[in-house]
Amino acid sequence: MSMKLSVRQVDGVTIVDCSGRITLGEGSVMMRDTVRDLLAKGNKKIVLNLGEVNYIDSSGIGELVSAFTTTKNQGGELKLLHLTKKVHDLLQITKLYTVFDVKDDEAAAVKGFK
Amino acid sequence: MEQTVSYTLDSTLETVDHAEEKATRIATELGFGEDEVMQISMAVREGAVNAVLHGNAYAPDKKVVLSFERTAEDLVITIRDQGKGIDLGGIPNPLAPENLLKTSGRGIFLMRSFMDVVEIRPSQTGTEIKLIKHVHGQSAGGKEGSQ
Repeated sequence: MSMKLSVRQVDGVTIVDCSGRITLGEGSVMMRDTVRDLLAKGNKKIVLNLGEVNYIDSSGIGELVSAFTTTKNQGGELKLLHLTKKVHDLLQITKLYTVFDVKDDEAAAVKGFK
Repeated sequence: MEQTVSYTLDSTLETVDHAEEKATRIATELGFGEDEVMQISMAVREGAVNAVLHGNAYAPDKKVVLSFERTAEDLVITIRDQGKGIDLGGIPNPLAPENLLKTSGRGIFLMRSFMDVVEIRPSQTGTEIKLIKHVHGQSAGGKEGSQ
């Protein structure tokens, strides 16, 4: 299953609902382009909802890191929401779990922005 | 599966997906559990990415050879490319604080995390990555593994 992204707004926060695979190639490129496009349009409070992401490889992990640092460097904030067990475990073993701001509840994620 | 199966693949992104699919199918047929199948398929995917991108650099005249061997106790997967040979000394530790926010460099680390043994042999004519997963318990071949 290839990756699908859809964007919605909740109380001034942009939520990107992701599903499928974030892997080398189309999935990673789609993620990169979407985050860059949001930032270019001034959307600097971003939540990546990964609840339907069933697979991620090292390139996908790299894209999450890139999205996080790109947003931060532009004065924004990016949070991850609803990690599946696979993604959670990958972020744990790569020691990135504590780098990202990870949330389990969408309302809490939205309220958590400064 | 037969004792050994081998595939010669082009240096393309499709090869990465095909390698992962073959690993998933073979590991499933051999009776590995769901988590182990995921680990094996991801390790093979990362190995194939290394071969296609960093080894062969997408060169159309260079091939990736992927083989799966079922021994008495292990699934042994070998991925060979025809590149210039990876510089193992030049691979930074992705868990070091200064590298945590790098966007690449986690492939070999993931292979080592998911497999029981990972051997990487670079040479001037290419790199060979050997990924070994021990077979535990009842295998699909009906034999008890050496737990």
